[in-house]
Amino acid sequence: MKIVVCMKPVPSSEARINIASDGRSIDPTDVEMVANPYDEYAVEEALRIKEARGEGEVIVLTVAAEAARSEIRKCLAMGVDRGVIVQDPALLGGDGIGTARVLAAVIRELEPELVLCGKLSIDVESDVVGIALAEYLDWPHVSLATKIEWPDGKMAKVQREIEGGAEIVEVSLPAVVTAEKGLNEPRYASLKGIMAAKRKPIEAVTPSVDAGQVGAAGAGVEIVAMNPPPARGGGKKFEGEIEEVVPQVVELLKSEAKIL
Amino acid sequence: MMTNLDLTEEQQAIRDTVRRYAREKIAPRAAELDASAEFPRETVKELAEMGIFGIGFPEDEGGMGGDTLSYILAVEELSRVDGSHGITLAAHCSLGVWPIYAFGTPEQKAKYMPKICAGEYLSSFGLTEPEAGSDAGGTRTTAVLDGDQWVINGSKQFITNATHAGVLVITARTDLEAKRSHGISAFLLETDAPGFSLGKKEDKLGLRASDTRALVFEDCRIPKDALLGEEGHGFPIFMKTLDGGRISIAALALGIGQGALDEAATYSMERKQFGRRICDFQMIQTYLADMHTELTAARHLTYHAARLKDAGRRHVIESAMAKYFASTAAMKATCLAIQIHGGYGYTKDYPVERYFRDAKLCEIGEGTSEIQRIVIARELLKMHAD
Repeated sequence: MKIVVCMKPVPSSEARINIASDGRSIDPTDVEMVANPYDEYAVEEALRIKEARGEGEVIVLTVAAEAARSEIRKCLAMGVDRGVIVQDPALLGGDGIGTARVLAAVIRELEPELVLCGKLSIDVESDVVGIALAEYLDWPHVSLATKIEWPDGKMAKVQREIEGGAEIVEVSLPAVVTAEKGLNEPRYASLKGIMAAKRKPIEAVTPSVDAGQVGAAGAGVEIVAMNPPPARGGGKKFEGEIEEVVPQVVELLKSEAKIL
Repeated sequence: MMTNLDLTEEQQAIRDTVRRYAREKIAPRAAELDASAEFPRETVKELAEMGIFGIGFPEDEGGMGGDTLSYILAVEELSRVDGSHGITLAAHCSLGVWPIYAFGTPEQKAKYMPKICAGEYLSSFGLTEPEAGSDAGGTRTTAVLDGDQWVINGSKQFITNATHAGVLVITARTDLEAKRSHGISAFLLETDAPGFSLGKKEDKLGLRASDTRALVFEDCRIPKDALLGEEGHGFPIFMKTLDGGRISIAALALGIGQGALDEAATYSMERKQFGRRICDFQMIQTYLADMHTELTAARHLTYHAARLKDAGRRHVIESAMAKYFASTAAMKATCLAIQIHGGYGYTKDYPVERYFRDAKLCEIGEGTSEIQRIVIARELLKMHAD
């Protein structure tokens, strides 16, 4: 089975984020980038599907600047067969819908049977790309997958998280599935994998898309300003005998914090 | 935080993979392993599956095709959370695999390299003896040729990984007439050889989860072709082996020191006294600044020595300086980390006392700090004489 995994490089969750001088973007200086953690679940799942079948190809697809090759390389080190990158500046800097259009154009050419994405990227968390991508491809999608099974090898039986439980959805291919935490535990790249990654190809492509619908030109979302989160206010400290303090805390959790 | 120090993408990827593994799988168990002095079989097996035990050796010899610096980064990252894992890797690669790679015959390499690089079993070097520590030329273990076998008698002391080793490089005196360092030869000892047994397991101050044992040879018989290198040339073999090994002990020290600094910096931002975080006090800042500066300098020395080795250049003085400086920096950093933690740092509720105990070995093993300075002085005087 040919599987495409969409991967976005994002700042590491441990990185210190500074707002750039334009006030509307993140200053990339010295920010450690990683593959979006949800996309790593998607990569791992694709590799497991390939391994279980003993055949197939896993391609990682990224819409990002040249620097993203290093995150692609990390996916190759995990076992992905090859990378495809869209790095044309005209196609970058858009919103999630624009990205979905670009991805759809590339995926139509690649003709996979399955596309796996993370449920969202941890940087902007707009949560639209995977689903919009399925719409542009006119394929079915299943979001928030926590388990994917293949009862007859053709239909995917996907378990997804819903409020208060899990839903099982059967989907025919081709399809887009987005990965939720819990789908699997991504492997560590073996050192052999890291060495082998050097020799695997990363191809830069420029898909034909309507220039007015993608990149900054086609963005429907405009980032007006970015602000750091407000500093956390001081906590409340209770002192005294435990019998006296607990009712006070409970009362305030009800009346003030309104969480009970 | 650490800068990239001009690491290649591949070196960074290796460092990041080992770092992540160490944090997620080793860190949670480090205190328990230290307390029980139990060898971490499970994580060592997983590290073997990752390919870490053959990291710095060519692919056509069974290795992973990485360079010395990649291997050094792996030792550093393991040691940053647990020195016992760091020294297990360091002793295996630098002292066990490397001499076989560098001095073995094609037959010897074909027999052992794929297995030791894959971590099927571990390896190490048996050089030190009860009466021959810094004075390695004073080796008393003997090997006498009897037909097509060498018969070995004697003992070795403080040998890392011995319990888990399939093959060990050992030294023994083959010319009983020759003086001092002449007349010593190196051998490949398979640990199931008749007459070979493990001596006592050491109960150590630190690095307690690493395996350290005595080796005992009582008419131990090994085949004639188990000789490593030429007869009587054991001394240069172990001297060259130690030149590389010292870089790995520098990395061990560096990792331990960095781990202690990581803990101390975090603690100093959490702990409050006199209504302020203790990191806001300049005296604590002085400590943190000293630790970071010295560890950064140690890192430069260590990586530089590794790069020279990768370039095939002489690195005797650089390895010795890296080991000496990094060990000293680690000892100081771990000591200050306890000081920053105050009374809590003196307890086993925080990991810094473990780092402190672990660091001490770096000033002793693979050439004491005193020996390192002799090596450094000798080399620099040679340079001045030229």
